[in-house]
Amino acid sequence: MVNYQKRLDRTFAALVDPTRRAILAELERKDSASISDLAEPFAIKLPAVMKHLDVLEDAGLVTRSKSGRTVTVRLRPQPMREAMAWLRRYERFWPRRLDGLAAYAESQEAEARSKER
Amino acid sequence: MTSLSLVRRIRARPAIVFDAITTAKGIEHWWGPDGGPVLLSEADPRVGGRFRVRFRKLDGTEHESSGEFLEIVRPTRIVMSWRWKGGLEDAGESRVEISLRPIPEGTELTLTHAQLQDEATCRSHAAGWTGSLEKLEAHFAAGSRASACP
Repeated sequence: MVNYQKRLDRTFAALVDPTRRAILAELERKDSASISDLAEPFAIKLPAVMKHLDVLEDAGLVTRSKSGRTVTVRLRPQPMREAMAWLRRYERFWPRRLDGLAAYAESQEAEARSKER
Repeated sequence: MTSLSLVRRIRARPAIVFDAITTAKGIEHWWGPDGGPVLLSEADPRVGGRFRVRFRKLDGTEHESSGEFLEIVRPTRIVMSWRWKGGLEDAGESRVEISLRPIPEGTELTLTHAQLQDEATCRSHAAGWTGSLEKLEAHFAAGSRASACP
């Protein structure tokens, strides 16, 4: 919980790079992919893909598991869910608050006008 | 970085809306989310002054949020930091920005609630990732919105 903000910062920092976003989009389409599968659409070498995967894994956005000589990469949606949960919370919260604010301010306005008359 | 923006038109002049948001007396009239009572309301509307609001919902749970007024320009602009007590609901500090614009029928209120981020970093990268982030979001939560920097 203490690291909540830090985690979100890492999530967003990881998403800044277009190649990393493309990797995530690719993983979104497939259930899982090997590193060479992921490297294929990009004009970059495997080590560069590995570096991007390091960043994504640090941010908790992907997991890697090794089976024999193949590394399988999977999307891990939890960090995105945290960002979305934050957003949804306030999407519920503020419209109702503003309803209350509007009702109160409008009653105050009516009162002010009746005094001004 | 992740932020929520709302626009609302209110049939009251900006000064009345401003005072409703920034005074303890105003806050206690409208803050309760569901008809439950506002238990405590404090506000010191000047730069560096603090606010604190505690309310009970009809389900019996109590919630408290507090923060500091970072900018205050009566009757057009309020910026405040925001934190829930206990940190169970939203551990981090966020930022609420409210602008009040006079319109013929009263006031147009724009509220932006943003998660705190390094704003410089945010701005420099905003153009790049917003669209893609939204696409990814669609995967997890249809209908939610996020925007770039506040």
